[in-house]
Amino acid sequence: MSDRSDFAAIAAWIPKGASVLDLGCGDGSLLRYLQDTRAVRGYGVEISDRDIVSCIANGVNVIQNDLDAGLSDFEDGAFDFVILSQTLQATRHTEPLMQEMLRVGREGIVSFPNFGFWRSRLDVLLGNMPVSSELPYQWYNTPNVHLCTLNDFENFCRSYCISITARSVMTDGREVSMLPNLFGSTAVYRFQRGI
Amino acid sequence: MSHSVGIVTAQRATFETPLVFRSGAVLPRYELVYETYGTLNSDRSNAILICHALSGHHHVAGFYADAPKSLGWWDNMVGPGKPIDTDNFFVVGMNNLGGCHGSTGPSSVDPETGKPYGSSFPVITVEDWVESQARLADYLGIDCFAAVIGGSLGGMQALQWSLACPDRVRHVLAIASAPRLTAQNIAFNDVARNAILTDPDFHGGDYYQHNVVPTRGLRLARMLGHITYLSDDAMADKFGRELKSGQYNYGYEVEFQIESYLRYQGDKFAGLFDANTYLLMTKALDYFDPAQDCGGDLNSAFAKARADFLVISFTTDWRFSPQRSREIIRPLLHNGRNVSYAEITSTHGHDSFLMEHPHYFDVVRAYLDNVSREVSA
Repeated sequence: MSDRSDFAAIAAWIPKGASVLDLGCGDGSLLRYLQDTRAVRGYGVEISDRDIVSCIANGVNVIQNDLDAGLSDFEDGAFDFVILSQTLQATRHTEPLMQEMLRVGREGIVSFPNFGFWRSRLDVLLGNMPVSSELPYQWYNTPNVHLCTLNDFENFCRSYCISITARSVMTDGREVSMLPNLFGSTAVYRFQRGI
Repeated sequence: MSHSVGIVTAQRATFETPLVFRSGAVLPRYELVYETYGTLNSDRSNAILICHALSGHHHVAGFYADAPKSLGWWDNMVGPGKPIDTDNFFVVGMNNLGGCHGSTGPSSVDPETGKPYGSSFPVITVEDWVESQARLADYLGIDCFAAVIGGSLGGMQALQWSLACPDRVRHVLAIASAPRLTAQNIAFNDVARNAILTDPDFHGGDYYQHNVVPTRGLRLARMLGHITYLSDDAMADKFGRELKSGQYNYGYEVEFQIESYLRYQGDKFAGLFDANTYLLMTKALDYFDPAQDCGGDLNSAFAKARADFLVISFTTDWRFSPQRSREIIRPLLHNGRNVSYAEITSTHGHDSFLMEHPHYFDVVRAYLDNVSREVSA
């Protein structure tokens, strides 16, 4: 992650003392941040060995698990929020995972790099896969198998009856309001189960 | 020796208050042997209890002055600068009641009869052990352990601490353990026990008077156990189909290297360990089920827990598989306990918990470094 601008956007939606599950929590920085700024109680889920040690060192609860294997350790409605920060694009079974998020959490929050960002579009137009601070991998070593644009994600939510309740789009840590699918590099969505 | 607690001495505590076992049996007095490493801080908040598994004992780390090779069974984990850092913690290792390394057990002499307890030694449970360990804590002036740590059967004791004495343990580290055994696991234990019980030298548990030892049974029990402690891959890597003499001899003597290894392990163990203790230990494993009094519901059983937890499993451990560790985590999550879980990629099966492994050690170190800051703050 190039900056932690999505941290602030996420924190802004989370009330003090909420219970939080952070999927693909990396070294636990987001949970640590939410513990410090929002006094949340929660757990991270992470698969990488190195990140497990970092989370523990960060004083963050972490459960080692493969997100693509589901969230069977967690009960229905166990959390106020289930967060998937900068991980959506690397999940293999994205749709079932989104459903799982709304099974174990009352609300979901995802952040992801917007593939519709003008720089990515330009890279592709010029004939190359984009490589940037948000997408720091080469095509042959990227873990990102499900990149999408803002439009794609919103269409996806509509198809699966997921109701988006808030959106924050950013570039270099600044909120983008004009043509967000073109000028936003990072998107953060808050959502719940649709009716 | 660098990074070792160095020369250690076993100590002995005598308890005159009768211990009432879960079975209803009563032990009027008993002794526990223990060792300590590191220094208890002024507010007595930095103590760690190490609970041992089936064949373990109080000699966790360091070595005895008269036997430089007598390294403790978890010396790689416990010592100055090691994951369980004796520069920060006061570490207590003890031999469980019913053991055969100095604490009162079936091979000890019953002062009332002047003979070894043998078959009259009560069947003991994990709950009984924790009660006796709590009394040792009283004796040592420890109100609350910074952590109780154990692998396998030791992990069950650590879990039981959080249930029986929720205010006396801040952190529980349950490694390669389970909340309760599965039928398959009990089955293995039963075969092991049968090997001992049907040995003609067993004499109903009172073999001491006959000056014999049920070596064959104990040896078989250990051989079986040992198979289940290793992984298929580890055995294949270490022995494969290798033959001792390089050819088939078309007989029943030892031919494959694995046979030779298992017999060696069996013989070594049978020469050191007491068969009655082996029976007691396996029975304690089988009986342990914290949900027994809660209609089988682990969620309500763990509602009592107040500790924070670190749960660790090993990928190739099939005796206490990662799935069993997940069964520990779920009730902790249900009850909102602080818990972290690491699944260590290791080839060594159940035995992994005793072995040096950089990532495993990093996990324990990272966790206990935080505990250390917490107790010294």
